[in-house]
Formats: sequence, C-alpha cells, structure tokens
Amino acid sequence: MSSDAIAIRVADAGGRTWVESLHDWITTVDHKRLGILYILYALLFLVIGGLEALVIRIQLIRPHNDFVSPQVFNRMFTMHGTTMIFFVIMPVMFGFANYLVPLMIGARDMAFPRLNAFSFWLTAFGGFLLYFSFLGGSGLYGAGSAPDVGWWAYAPLTSRAFSPGHSADYWTIAVLVSGFGSIGTATNIIATIFSMRCPGMTLGRMPLMGWMSMVMSGLVLISISPLTAAQVMLIVDRYLGGHFFDTQAGGSAALWMHFFWIFGHPEVYILVIPAFAFASEIIPVFSRKPIFGYPVMVAATVGIGFISMSVWAHHMFTIGMNSASNTFFVLTTMAIAVPTGIKIFNWLGTMWGGKIQFKTPMLFCVAFLFQFLIAGLTGIMLGAAPFNWQLSGSYFVIAHFHYVIVGSILFCIFGAVYYWYPKMTGRMLNESLGKLHFWLFVIGFHLTFDLMHIPGLLGMPRRIYTYEPGRGWEIWNLLVTIGTFLQAIAILMFLANLVVSYLKGAEAGNDPWDAWTLEWSASSPPPVYNFAAIPTVESRRPLWDRKHPEDPDSRYD
Amino acid sequence: MSNATLSMAQEPGAWKLPYRGKVGMACLIIAESAIFTIFVVAYLYYAGRSLSGPTPREVLETPIFFTICLLSSSLTIHFAEKFLERGSRGAFLGLWLLTFILGGLFLFGTAQEWHRLIYEHGLTISTNLFGTTYYSLVGLHAFHVTVGLIMLGIVFLFGLAGRVGAEQSARVGVLSMYWHFVDAVWVVVFTVVYIVGR
Amino acid sequence: MNLRRREGEGVAGRVAGILLLLLGLLFAAGLCTATPPQDNPIPNIFEPHSTPADSILHLSVFVLTITGLIFLVVFILLVYAIVKFRARAGDSPHEPPQVYGSTQIELAWTVIPTLIVVVLFLATTRVLHAIQDAPKPASAVEVVAIGHQFWWEFRYPELGIVTANELHIPVSDPANPTPTYLKLLSADTDHSFWVPQLAGKTDLIPNRVNRMWMDPHRTGVFLGQCAQYCGTQHAKMLLQVSVDSPEDFKSWVSAQQHAGMQDDSVIAGRKVFETTACVNCHSVGGTTATGRFGPDLTHMMSRHTIAAGAAENTRENLRLWIQNPDAIKPGSLMPAMKLSESDLDALVSYLETLR
Repeated sequence: MSSDAIAIRVADAGGRTWVESLHDWITTVDHKRLGILYILYALLFLVIGGLEALVIRIQLIRPHNDFVSPQVFNRMFTMHGTTMIFFVIMPVMFGFANYLVPLMIGARDMAFPRLNAFSFWLTAFGGFLLYFSFLGGSGLYGAGSAPDVGWWAYAPLTSRAFSPGHSADYWTIAVLVSGFGSIGTATNIIATIFSMRCPGMTLGRMPLMGWMSMVMSGLVLISISPLTAAQVMLIVDRYLGGHFFDTQAGGSAALWMHFFWIFGHPEVYILVIPAFAFASEIIPVFSRKPIFGYPVMVAATVGIGFISMSVWAHHMFTIGMNSASNTFFVLTTMAIAVPTGIKIFNWLGTMWGGKIQFKTPMLFCVAFLFQFLIAGLTGIMLGAAPFNWQLSGSYFVIAHFHYVIVGSILFCIFGAVYYWYPKMTGRMLNESLGKLHFWLFVIGFHLTFDLMHIPGLLGMPRRIYTYEPGRGWEIWNLLVTIGTFLQAIAILMFLANLVVSYLKGAEAGNDPWDAWTLEWSASSPPPVYNFAAIPTVESRRPLWDRKHPEDPDSRYD
Repeated sequence: MSNATLSMAQEPGAWKLPYRGKVGMACLIIAESAIFTIFVVAYLYYAGRSLSGPTPREVLETPIFFTICLLSSSLTIHFAEKFLERGSRGAFLGLWLLTFILGGLFLFGTAQEWHRLIYEHGLTISTNLFGTTYYSLVGLHAFHVTVGLIMLGIVFLFGLAGRVGAEQSARVGVLSMYWHFVDAVWVVVFTVVYIVGR
Repeated sequence: MNLRRREGEGVAGRVAGILLLLLGLLFAAGLCTATPPQDNPIPNIFEPHSTPADSILHLSVFVLTITGLIFLVVFILLVYAIVKFRARAGDSPHEPPQVYGSTQIELAWTVIPTLIVVVLFLATTRVLHAIQDAPKPASAVEVVAIGHQFWWEFRYPELGIVTANELHIPVSDPANPTPTYLKLLSADTDHSFWVPQLAGKTDLIPNRVNRMWMDPHRTGVFLGQCAQYCGTQHAKMLLQVSVDSPEDFKSWVSAQQHAGMQDDSVIAGRKVFETTACVNCHSVGGTTATGRFGPDLTHMMSRHTIAAGAAENTRENLRLWIQNPDAIKPGSLMPAMKLSESDLDALVSYLETLR
C-alpha cells in the first residue's frame, strides 16, 4: 500500500502518470529505489509471516484445541520460519545495506546496478514462488498444500517417500532462487565497498554500517553457498533418483543436518550483524558521542564472522556425535560469546558520559541492548552441551531464538526504520505513534517470549500442533498467545504510522537527528545521483568535522 | 547544504581503488568455492559407502590427456590476456581460440567418459551413492566449463568483429580469472575423484 | 539544538522495572514448579530422578548462576547509564566530551569474559564426558528403541520382549546399579527420545545407531514425547517410562515373555483379525500376524494407552481407533478398517484377550 503512495508521490513530483512511475519502479536500477523495494517487500512478508504466527498461537492457546488441523499447523510453522528468515529479515537487511552503503561511503550507486535489480527480483520471485505452493503444491485439487517439513527440512522427511507431491520442491526451489539473489547482492555490496568509496574514505574511516555490511556479505558468500549446494543435492535426489540423503541406499540423514547448519548458524550472524550495524549508527547519534572503541568493534565483528563458521553443530548436540566433537563445538560456541560481549560493552561505553536522547529509534536500540543480553545468556545455556540435551528442540529454544530474531534483530530494524525513514521519504515518522508502538511491542514481546522459556523447561517440545493437559503448560501457552496479539496490534500501529506520516508527516530536512555520517549531507530523499559533487572525507564523522570546525575528528585521525 | 565544505584538500589521483569487476569475480569465486567444497565433502564422505556396484575402482579411467588440455588452457588464456594488454589483437585472438578449443576438448572428454560409464557399465546418477556423487561433482564442474566456453565464445565473436582491444583488457581479465578458477577446481576434483576416491 | 524536551524522563526506570519483573517471574516460575508432590505428571527438567538428568541439573544450576550474575552486572550498568546520562532540560547546549575508546577498559572486558568462558567450558566438558562416556556395567538392561511414524517400538533382545510406547525399566539402586542402556534406531524419519526427568534427549536417526542411558532412582511413571519433528502426528508421539521395583519388573517381564493365551470364546474376532489387513502391519505371538509396521499387539492390553499415548486403552477408544483413526490422531498411518458392526465387536473382544 505504501509503495503505491511512494509511487504516486514520485509521479506528482515528475508529472508522470501512475503507470509510468510504476514502470519506473519495476525497471529501476537505482540503489535507493531497490533498497526501498526490498524493505516494502519484506514488510509485506512480515505481515504474512505474522499472520501465520497468530494461527500457530491460536491453535496452542489451550490443550487439544482444534482451530486448525495438524497438517495446516505443520505448514504454518514451516512457512512462518522460512518466510521470516528468508523473505523478511534478509530482504530488510539487504534493503538497508543497498540504500545506505553507497550514501555512507560517498558513492553514486552500487558497483553493479543491474545485478542489483536482478538480485532483488530473484529474491522477490523466490518469495512469491514459495507462496504459490498453496495453490500449486499438490495440484489445484483439495485445499492446496504448502511445504510441511519444517524450515530445516531435515532428511529424510523431504524424500519422495515422506513428501510426495510438490510441496517440498516449492520450498527447495524458492530458497535456492532467493539464495542466488542473496549471493548477487552480497557480491555487489562487497564490490561497492572495495571499489566505490569516495576520496579519503579509507576502510578505517568507513562507518561501522559499512564494515558490518561487508562482514555480513562475506558470510552470505561463504554460508548461503553450502545451502545452495545442499538444495541442488536435494533436487537431484527428488528428481533424478539420487541418493545423497536416501537412508535406504546408504545415504546419511545427518549429512543434511551438517550441510544445513553450516549455512544455518552463520545465517544467524548474517541477520544479526546488520542489526549491530543499526545499533552502532543510532546509539552514538542519540548519545551525542562517537562509537566507543571503533577498531575493537570492527575486530569483534570480523571475529564473530570467522568464529560463526565453526559453531554449526551446536544445533546438533542431540544427534549423537562423539564426545570429542561435542566438546569442540561447546568450545567454539562459548568462544563466540567473547566478541559478542565486547560489542555490548562498547555500546554501553558509547552511552556512558553522553547526553542520551530517548527518541523512538534510540528506545528500540536500548531495548535491543537488554534483550540481546538475555538472548546471549540463554545462548550460553544452550551452548553447554549437556544442558542443551534438555533444552534443544523445546520451547526454550524457540524463546531463545525469538529473543535474538525479534528481541534483538527486529527491534533494531524498527529503530532503523524510525531513524532513516526521514532520509528515505523526506518526512518524520510520528513520534507519539512511534512511542506507543514501542511500548506496546515491548510489553507484548516480553509477555510472549519471556514466558515461552518456561514450557520448554517443563518438557514441551517445539513443532507440536497440540499438547496433553495436566503437564503444567496450559497457563504459559495462554499468556504467550495473549502477548502475540499485543505484538500484532503494535505492528499495525507501525504500519499505520508509515502510511500516515508519509502523507502528513513533518518535513524532515536533510539532517533531522544532527547526525555525522555522509547520508545526512544529501537532501531527503536524496537525488538519483546522491551527491552533486563526490565528497571527500578526512575522518570517521565527516559531518561532525563540518559542524565543529574548531574541534574536528580529523585532528585525531 | 553544499558538499564543497566537505571536500577539503585532497589530491585527486592519489585515491586508487581496486577494479570492481575483479572484486565481483573474486566474490563469485569465493561463493563457488563454498559450493564445490560441499560437493567434495559429500563425495569423500560417501566414498566406499555404496551398497551396490559399480565402484570407482572398477569403472573409472584417469583422464590424463583431457586434464592436460584443460590445465594448459590456463596458460593460453593468460598469454592471450597479456597480448591484449599490449594491443596485439591477432595474437590475442589466436590464443583465445586455442583456449576455447582446449576447453572444448576437455568437455568432449567428460562427455565421452559419461557415455562409456552409462552405456558400458550401466552407471547412472541413480545407480548408487558413487553414481550420485560422481555425476553431481563432475557434472557441476562440467557445467562451469560450459558456462566458461559460452563466455569465451562471445568474447571471441566480439574479437572477430574487432570490438575487443586493449581498453577491454580489464574486462577480459575478469573472465580469465573465472577460467583459472574452473581449472583450479578441476585439480581438486581430479584429485578427489581419480586419486583419493579410488 | 540541545534544548531538548524531556521526552526520555522516566523511560529508563520503566524499562528496568518491567524487565526485572518479567525476569523475576521467569525464575520464580521455574522454582515453583521445582517443589513437587509425589508422582508429579509435569516433565520438569529441574526435577530429575536419574543420574544423567541429575548431572545436567547440577550443570544447569552452575550455568544459571554465572549467567545470572553476568545479567545482573550488565543490567545494572545499562540501567545506570540510561538513567544517569540521559539528556536533561537544564543541560548546557554543548555536546558531551567526545571519547573514542580506552585500551585498558577494552582489554578488561575482553579478558574477564574470556576467563568466564574458560570456566564454563571446563565445567561443561566434565559433565559431558561423565554422561556420554559412562561405561556400561554388566548388570545393565539393554533395550532397542525404534522410532516409527508416530509410535515407539521397544525390543529387549536379552529378554525376548517386544512392546510399544510404554517402556518398562527397573529402578536402579546406587549400591547395586541396574541402569538401562538404550540403542536408538529409526524406521523412517528422525525422532528424538526425551523423558526430561530421566535424561536429556537423543535423536533416533535412520541408518545410524545412537545410544543413551538412564538409571532411575525411584519408581513411578515418567512422561515424555518425541522431540524431533517427524511428520504430521509428531505431537501425538507420546512416550511414557514406567520405572518398576525389581519385583514388579520381574513379574512384568515374565508376563510379557508368556505367549498369548488363546481364548476360544473370541475365535470369531481372531478370524476377523487374521483375515483382514491387520496382519500386514501388526504381530501377535502364536498367530499368522507378523507385521512390523505397527506396534506388536501380543500383550496390548497390558498397556494403558493406544495410538502412542493419544487415547486411553478402553473398549470405546479401541473401536473408534479401528474404525476411524483420524478421530483420535488425524494423519496417523493406521488405516480406517471399515468393518461391519458385528465384525468390529468381535475383533475388539478378541483384542481385549491379548493380555
């Protein structure tokens, strides 16, 4: 809906018809428009994935509920997971990186604008293909059939014997196609950062958003590719009669687990590192201080990138690996807590001694710090392999990773939207609606995901469509479901804010937050070419230097 | 605001960044290496685990001649690129054609081997784990050779039309990076399939 | 620029209050449920009755303590920062001092977490090896557990017993231990064996052999269920472990080893059983039925539940299960038998003699 609004406004500006401007948007190779397309696309899927979550929660509100059938429930959690990971968080992150990285490093576009458009449309096609499975999964007879194999699609559940029809194929091909899109965009981001920085923008002066986008893109290259390879193997199995994961012919189900998690764990960091990037841009500006320990932040990010590639099997502590392997993965998993902890302390150090302004973007980032702390600590619990034998596969794990993905990543995304929306549209988001959104979402989030740890401790496994009464799970599930509805209302407020502020918001001006990175020197929204003259920078905070010629950063650089 | 205030003294020309094509190709190569790694791991993991024959020892023959073809094409493309940089188009075109022919020969060798395996030994992708992993890994490499040949062919046609000169050498260099990568992968595949896995 | 409105007033306090409240609730809830009456049906991981689950509990308490302390320290620092350093109306219009970092502080918050990680790692490794590499005593009971969509098959190779869904094992006296060692296999997809009060979970994976063990310290029935998504009816792949006193276990074993009694009064039902598709999937000792896809029915009336715990083992439920399994467990692999009323009655009467 707001894409139309944007299109209309552009049409007004240029005096073009609605159809012409729609055509402009579809054929665009401008990194800013593609960035916005990514974000709008992700918002669409956020709503869809959220509705699926609501179906799941309504079904679990009481034991032996029959709101949906087990088949539908299994499709819902499969689609919810796949959608949120591949078609909400990843596109949002690519959208922001696309929009911001060229502006922040003083470039006029990405290194390969047409590859950029191609990658976006591949990702978009992947998402639509996944949802087409509702119609095409088992032909058009019956109610239609989306994949129901879980978002890890563990073998041999995906083999022809256990997943007849085409539903698993939709999952495989949708993820495969969007994976190609991700690899394309990641290549583009890295090439942009290496080859398009404006004069003076050395790597050491690049905003942390640039560094973190680069590490994230590197992880995409190294970890999406194994998933691509595994998907190709699955297609070979399903269509050409191959035996990669065919346990009847000597194939190994555990091999798929390894391949999937070799992708799956770095994927968590692919999602969370851009969230760190948002926090690292927003917290300094609203604390009125530079980021504390920039070189350490960069080192910690790169460190997390490397370590994250050696921890995958902590998702597999229950598959019966020998104790030596388990010990190794305990060690790497615990080790990754160190650079992650350093980051939290550095954000704390940034706020320390500042003058913190609690505007909506900052509120989301502060909540992120608390929630990410808890997510990290429950992560340590899960990393202690024997404790993991009790916790894994239970609702405790669900609570833990929603603390990461909602409590940390989604909170940072909301912060980023409130922070950069003025740059993208030229209008401020409504601050009161924003605060309301924040508080309602915080309460809903904690009601849902704090309490969700408990049924896990009481032995409730994940991915069950119903449960037996009398096991102490009822009250927690009821409260969790109520919290979900609070979150849904908050999201509706957020969407309303996006639309209302677009039409009626206060004019933003170039630099509404009195910030320091280059994107705030362009107009809001920036012109197609971004900068009339390519800027030259001399420190990490070019706009600080300009605003404080008596005390520029470049003096210490 | 104007950007003039930002652009203080900085000598133009002192600011040199890598060519974006090379960076992009390097990224692609990293991603492709990860894909090949997974297929190689699967091949090695399943080596000797097939429940039925034929086994690699029974049916594989080491393709020495075609390997030499492919590896020497790395040399020819390297020199072709050097000649292009210096502006000698004729030598470039000749060596480029030679590269294309050597790559084509290699692909012919793969086709011939597959034909022999399928029709003489009855080994297909669905026969056993060896068949599945062998055809996937070698096929994935052959697919990359095919893509490379198509790109080489396009450049060659442009070259015949006189459209490839020294100013295009950076772009040609990007394609040459890809071709070197395909050759390097073959060294790994060759070692894994014909030496370690046998 | 810096004359900002007092929007942030009290925000920090409220964030802190809510977070503290919720966190307290979380831990309080964990503790409340940890004070049990006898035979609590809640499969609480904090109420272990077997050595592996017990060692895990000790490790958990240690890890929870350390992470709890870390949480407190960082939480207090964060709250202090957002309360102390928020912008106020009376502030000077100047920006605060621009601090770029401090090597000493950075070093401190790298080294301290590293030390904590080392401690946690060592504690974890100790428990990990103690559980995973425990030698199997000669007195151990050996059970093969096979996961099926969507039920459990238990075979006692040394005792010649085959049963389903309700595992019987002896209580293990620490002075004279009789732990149970499970060999875990799968007939189709991945499953996971999880009875929280007895041990952590271990997956059952096709074409792979996994092992786990437990040595219950007290008798009783312990609940669990499949913990790895295995298909449509993953939710109703329930599991119960009946820990018997040595005498009870002995009498259970001898009852199970006894071949089924043939009762001539239900010969009609037996005929129905042997002439329909039942025999393709189910076994009954002493008959022509030797199927392996479904649970062994030789002593099915000794079990309290049917359909892997989805329903009580009563005459009404048996009738429903045979005629319309979807009413109990939609998507299970048990087909609807579509028998006539008289055949159904005869069949259920026959099944009721399989004790």
